[in-house]
Amino acid sequence: MEKRAVFGNKLLPYVLLGPQLAVTVIFFYLPAAQAVKQSFFIEDAFGTTSSFVGFENYRDLLVQPEYFHAVVTTIIFAVAVAGLSLGLALLLAVQADKQIRGAGAYKTLLILPYAVAAAVAAALWLFMLQPSLGILAKVLRNAGISWNPLLDGNDAMLLVILAASWKQVSYNFLFFLAGLQAIPKSLLEAAAIDAARPMRRFWTIIFPLLSPTAFFLIVVNIVYVFFESFSIIDPVTHGGPAAATTTLVFKVYNDGKIGGDLGGSAAQSVILMVIVIALTAVQFRYVERKVHY
Amino acid sequence: MVERRGLGNLVAHLVLLAGIAIVVFPVYIAFLASTNEPTVIVNGQMGFVPGGHLLENYRQALFVGTSSTTRAPVGTMMWNSLVMALCIAIGKIAISILSAFAVVYFRFPLRMAAFWLIFLTLMLPIEVRIYPTYKVVADLGLLDTYAGLTLPVIASATATLLFRQFFMTVPDELLEASKIDGAGPLKFFVDTLLPLSMTSIAAMFVIQFIYGWNQYLWPLLITTRDDMQTIVIGIRKMLVTQDALTEWQLAMATAILAMLPPVLVVLCMQRLFVKGLVETEK
Repeated sequence: MEKRAVFGNKLLPYVLLGPQLAVTVIFFYLPAAQAVKQSFFIEDAFGTTSSFVGFENYRDLLVQPEYFHAVVTTIIFAVAVAGLSLGLALLLAVQADKQIRGAGAYKTLLILPYAVAAAVAAALWLFMLQPSLGILAKVLRNAGISWNPLLDGNDAMLLVILAASWKQVSYNFLFFLAGLQAIPKSLLEAAAIDAARPMRRFWTIIFPLLSPTAFFLIVVNIVYVFFESFSIIDPVTHGGPAAATTTLVFKVYNDGKIGGDLGGSAAQSVILMVIVIALTAVQFRYVERKVHY
Repeated sequence: MVERRGLGNLVAHLVLLAGIAIVVFPVYIAFLASTNEPTVIVNGQMGFVPGGHLLENYRQALFVGTSSTTRAPVGTMMWNSLVMALCIAIGKIAISILSAFAVVYFRFPLRMAAFWLIFLTLMLPIEVRIYPTYKVVADLGLLDTYAGLTLPVIASATATLLFRQFFMTVPDELLEASKIDGAGPLKFFVDTLLPLSMTSIAAMFVIQFIYGWNQYLWPLLITTRDDMQTIVIGIRKMLVTQDALTEWQLAMATAILAMLPPVLVVLCMQRLFVKGLVETEK
């Protein structure tokens, strides 16, 4: 779609575009190009000489057991957070969509975690599950369950998954609710007249009509978990214990910061870029489809 | 709905109350900690009613800071977060609305190239280019400055797309009428387009303010000076892995203070917030 009526100025549009293009080129394209270039070079420890090595950085990375481990950790984390927060959000949204007293207040309270910084959410959950003084940790201890996220990798993973899901539920809730409100009430009433019980109406009408929203949310959640998860994992577990919570993004950060392995870190960045491009492509294919819906 | 309501509604209330309990519980526990003495917290003797040290803890956090881990008072951190959030929100809106105006209302060589150049930044989130971006900012001498904190986060394809989409829905007749009245592009922009865009701008502002306030990775990398820390980074530094060193009453008071501004923004501008969130994701 294009505008019929436009202005004829020659210079003005470039002036208007100037600030955004300048910021985009300086802080997006330059660094991204730099990352691609660096990923094909190896620098010595002092950064004085660098030599072209082709795909060696990538090869080194892909045979690294730690890298493989980070891939697995990322997938576990992504699937767990997306599954937990989507399931809970759908349950809550279906209830909040009913015409009940106080629905507005419920909705307001349920979307609040979206406003809480991921790192703050992580701090709240760490405090509750801190092994020696956390309130929930005490409950677990009294129940005879051994719990120590500071030493046990699985416990640490569970802690960051809970914190990330707590924050993510509100976002998914909001979108499920919008999706539910878009379903024509006449369809549900017709089904009710045909004597379909609530559960049957959910699975045969609501769920199928909600599936575009659900698919959109799955993609967005995976992207979220990929990138935003850094601010949950870093303050609480620092990727540990023993790299149990080191995801791909955390590894880029950590390897570049401590290891000084710029080539390897750049190669990881490039792989992440490829993943984002793939995910964005999936997302847009879907958006195209939604237009016809 | 059609059938009897009783039982179904009871289930709905119970499920929603459970959901709210999950949302509120962690925040309430943090609030309790922020009103107690450190010894009470460390010994796990915290009760379910607030302790008597609320004022003392918040005063210390706001004006003094923790004794060992962060050497800046939280008041300073909140100021830094506020400046960062406002710069990001206002900066993003300003540069995106101008570029969307250019792309929609002008025809010029390389128009689509410029549009795609902006659009493709969707695929380059800051996390995938942290070190090269750090180097650019360092080379420009912007470490530990507000410009360095905000500029790399400011360019955003989403805001540009949102404004472009909105401008497309503005009737052509308005532009034609302005032209007949002899208005140039800037006059049309200021007198016609901006007033029409106010709701979109406000919705965008709410979302971007929260986004800016909650930034983590970027401020973590580029600020080293104590007086340039943001509040979210401050909390990270207060959580020391060796438990004995974490001053929980101050860390949790800081967590509450960090939540307050964005939560208030959502509460007071809920309608704009929902609109902004749903529209930016389209």
